[in-house]
Amino acid sequence: MITVNSIFKKFGKLEVLKDFTLSFERGNSYAIMGPNGSGKTTLIKSILGMVLPDKGEILVKGLSIKGSNDYRKFIGYMPQIGRYPQNMKIGQLFSMMKDMRPEIKTYDLDLVEAYELDKIKDKSLGTLSGGTVQKVSAALAFLFNPEILILDEPTAGLDPIAVEILKSKIKNEREAGKLILVTSHILSDLEELTNHAIYIFEGEVFFNDSIESLKEITSEEKFSPAIAKLMQWSLKKKSTTKALTYA
Amino acid sequence: MGPYFRIFCLSLIGLLAAVEGHSAVIRLVPGQSIQSAVDKASPGDTLQITAGVYKQSGIIIRKSLTLIGEGYPVLDGNMEGNVLIIAAENLTIQGLKIINTGKSNMDDSAAIKFFDSKNCVIKDNILENTFFGLHFSNSSGMTITGNQIHANAIREFEVGNGIHLWKCKNSLISKNKVSGHRDGIYLEFVTNTKAEENYVEKNMRYGLHFMFSHDNSYIRNTFKNNGAGVAVMYTKNVLMKENRFEENWGSSAYGILLKDISDSEVIGNVFLKNTVGIYMEGSSRIQFTGNTFRENGWALKLMASCDQNTFKANNFTQNTFDMSSNGSVVLNTITENYWDKYEGYDLDKDMIGDVPYRPINLYSVIVEKIPAAVMLWRSFMVTLLDRMEKILPTMTPDQMIDQSPKMRPYDYG
Amino acid sequence: MLKLLKYALYDILKSRFALIYTVFLALVAISIYQVSDDLSKVSLSLMNIMIMIVPLISAVFATTHFYNNLEFIELMLAQPVKRSQVFLSQLFAVIIMLSLSILIGFGLPMMLWGADSSLITLLAVGIILSAVFTGFAFLASVMTRDKAKAIGISLGLWIYFSLVYDGFVLYFIYSFADYPLEKATLALVMLNPVDLGRILMLMQLDISALMGYTGAFFQKFFSSSMGLLIAGGTLMVWMLFPNFFALRVFRKRDF
Repeated sequence: MITVNSIFKKFGKLEVLKDFTLSFERGNSYAIMGPNGSGKTTLIKSILGMVLPDKGEILVKGLSIKGSNDYRKFIGYMPQIGRYPQNMKIGQLFSMMKDMRPEIKTYDLDLVEAYELDKIKDKSLGTLSGGTVQKVSAALAFLFNPEILILDEPTAGLDPIAVEILKSKIKNEREAGKLILVTSHILSDLEELTNHAIYIFEGEVFFNDSIESLKEITSEEKFSPAIAKLMQWSLKKKSTTKALTYA
Repeated sequence: MGPYFRIFCLSLIGLLAAVEGHSAVIRLVPGQSIQSAVDKASPGDTLQITAGVYKQSGIIIRKSLTLIGEGYPVLDGNMEGNVLIIAAENLTIQGLKIINTGKSNMDDSAAIKFFDSKNCVIKDNILENTFFGLHFSNSSGMTITGNQIHANAIREFEVGNGIHLWKCKNSLISKNKVSGHRDGIYLEFVTNTKAEENYVEKNMRYGLHFMFSHDNSYIRNTFKNNGAGVAVMYTKNVLMKENRFEENWGSSAYGILLKDISDSEVIGNVFLKNTVGIYMEGSSRIQFTGNTFRENGWALKLMASCDQNTFKANNFTQNTFDMSSNGSVVLNTITENYWDKYEGYDLDKDMIGDVPYRPINLYSVIVEKIPAAVMLWRSFMVTLLDRMEKILPTMTPDQMIDQSPKMRPYDYG
Repeated sequence: MLKLLKYALYDILKSRFALIYTVFLALVAISIYQVSDDLSKVSLSLMNIMIMIVPLISAVFATTHFYNNLEFIELMLAQPVKRSQVFLSQLFAVIIMLSLSILIGFGLPMMLWGADSSLITLLAVGIILSAVFTGFAFLASVMTRDKAKAIGISLGLWIYFSLVYDGFVLYFIYSFADYPLEKATLALVMLNPVDLGRILMLMQLDISALMGYTGAFFQKFFSSSMGLLIAGGTLMVWMLFPNFFALRVFRKRDF
C-alpha cells in the first residue's frame, strides 16, 4: 500500500535517511520505533509529503507521491502536538477539514461522539487543554474513514479513559483492514496496537518483521525486553562498524 | 460817469469773460474725436467725456488738461498701440475705462503713457486688457491712486507691467489694484516715491519689482499669489512696513527676494504661506523687526553673502524650515525672536528661553549644499539626523543662533 | 484556496492583535487630526507613521504569525491540498488583515474629518508597504527554522529600507554632488519601496514646491502617465518579488 523505495534525506550535513527502503501492507499495524534522531519522524513526514526526499521515491497505492497532493485524502494523520489557530472554534476546524475533502460525504464520528466534542464545538481552540487538543487531533484523523492512519504518539497527553477509547478505535480500524502506522514511546501501547515492528537506527532499517518473530529472534517472551535487546544489538553493531572503519 | 469809466467796466466784463472762456468745460459724446477736442482746448480746460464707447487710440496730449469720465466712458484702443500719450504738467485723468491696447513689446503699448511730465494725477481709472497699464518715463510728482488695472494674459511674454515707472521721482502710488500683468508694480531708477495700500495679486512674474530705486517706502501693500512673489534689487534706503506677502507658492517663488539691498528697514510685515518668506543675497545692514513669518516653506533663506543684518523680535510659526544658509560664517544678528520650534525652558521666568535656539537644522544645511538630497525629505533617517544634531550640534553654523529666544509669540495682530 | 483563506482570515481577524493594531492606528490618526487643522499637515504626519511604523509592524507581525501557525501549516500540508494554497492563504490572510486595519484605523477618521486625494494615495501606499513587508517577513520565515532569526532578518530588512539605504543614498549624492543626479536619484527611489511610497506621497502634496529642481523633476515624472506606470509597476514588483520567492522556497521546504 505504501512503498518507500531507497530514499535519501540529508538535513545540512546530517544524513537522516540512507538508502531507506520499506513497504507497508494493508491490514497491518506497524510500530515504528527507534531512538531520538533515528529518522522516524522524517520517514513519517516524507510519506505525508512534508519532507521532500533528496533521492528515491515513495509510492502510495502504487502511485508516486512526488508533486501530488491528492493521495493525502487516503491518509488520516494525527500529529504529536496538535496546534491550531487560536481564535478558531472546534466546529469551524471540523468544517474546514471537511471543506478540504469535498468529495467525502460520510464521516466517521465515533471519536467525536466518544469524546463529546460536539458539546464544546463553540469553544476556541486557543482555550483548550492539551488533552482536549489531542482528542480533537484524534477525532480529525479518523473523521474521513481513511485507508491509512498515521499516528504520531497518539496516546501522549490523553487521560486513561480517552486512551482506552482511542486504542479500541485503532484496533477496530486494523481489523477493518486498514493500514496503521504508530510511533510511541509507550511500548505497552505498541504491543497492544501493532503486529509488526520496525526499528530504525541511524537512518537505516535495523529490524523489520512481525512482533512474533521479534520475540523469537530475541528469544524474549515479552515485548519490552525484546525491544531492549534490539537496542543493545543496534548499539553493538554501531561500535563494530566503527571498529571496522578504524581498521 | 465818463466814457472812460464805461470802457473800464466793459473791459472788466470782457476780461472776466475771457478768463471764463480760458478754463472752459468741453463735453464729449461718443463719436466725437477726443484728439481734436484736445487740440482745440486751451491749457486748463476740462474735457468731460460722457459714457459710451470711444474707439480711438494714439491720443496725444501736451497741455495741462483735466480729463474726466462720466459713468466710465470706454476708450477702446482697438488693439493698436497706446491709447493716451501724455507729456504735460498739472494734468488730471479721472474716471476713464481704457481697454484693448496693442500688444507690442516694440513700443511698450500702454493704456496711458507719460513722458517728461510733472505733477499729474491719475485717479480712479479702470484699465482692462492692456499690455502695459500705466507707463511713466522721466516724470516727477505723479499721483497714481485708486486705479484698477487688470489684464488676463496667459503667458508672461504676452503682457507688460501694471504700473511701470522708469526714471521718476517724488511720486505716490496708492490704493491701486493690479492683477494679471507681468509685474504688478515695476520701478526702475525711481526715487523718493511712496507705494501705499496697493493690492497686487496674481501677476505672472513679480508683484513688486524694483531696481536702483533708492529712498522709497512701501507701506501696507498686499502682494498675494504672484508668480514669483516680490523681487527687489540693487537699492539702498528702502522702508518696507506693514506689507503682506502671501501665498507666493511655487518651486521658485518668494515672499520677497532681496538682492543687493542695503541700509533698509523691513518692519511689521506678514509673510504667510510662501515657498520662501525672505530670500536674501548680497544684502547688508537691513533691520528686520516685528515681522510675522507663518506657514512658509522656508521663513528665511540667508545666503552667506549677507552681513550685518539684524533680525529682532520677529515671530516664526508653523514654517517647515525656519532658516537656511549656504555658508557657515555668519555675520548677522538674530535675537529676541519667537520660534515655535523652540524646545527650551525658562527657569528664571523672564519670558526669554535659557538655552539658545538654532534656527537652522542639519537637513536644511545638507539640502542647501546638495540640492538632490531633497529626495530624502521626511525620511526616517533625516528625522534621526536632525534629532542627533539638536543634541550634539556639529555641522550647523555656530553663529546662527538666537541667544535669547522668546517663550511666547509677540502679539502683532 | 478560497476555503483555506476564509478560515485563516477568520482566525486572524478575531485575533487580539488585529484589534490592537486597528485601535492604535485610529488613535494616532485621531490625535493627528486633533492637533493640526490643515489637511496637508495631517497628510504629512500620517505619512510619517505610514512609512516608519506600518512596515515595522507588518514585518514583525507577519513573522510571528508565520511561526505561531507553523504546526497548523504542517497539519494543512498533511491534507489533500496544494502547498502553494496553504502558503497563499496564510499570506493573503496577513496582508488582508493589515490592510483592513489601515483602512479602518486611518480611513474612519478621514471619513469623519475629511480627506483629499493625497490621503487616498496614503492608504494605498500603506497597503502596498504592508504587502511588501509581509512578503519580506514570509521570505525570512521560510528561509530559516528559527523564529528569533526570522524576526531578526525581518527587522534587519526594515532597518535597511527605512534607514541604512537612505544613508547610502545620502552618501552617494554627496559623493557625486557635482553631477546631474536627477535620473540617478529617481532610480535609487525605485530601488526602495519605502522611499518610493514616500516620494509618491510627497508629490501629492503641494509641499513638493519646496523640493526645488529635484522636486520639479520628480513631479514631472510622477505626473506623467509613463511615470505613474513605471512607479506602479515597480511597486508591483516589490510586492510580488519577495512573496514569489517565499512561495518558491515554501514549496521546496521540509517541515
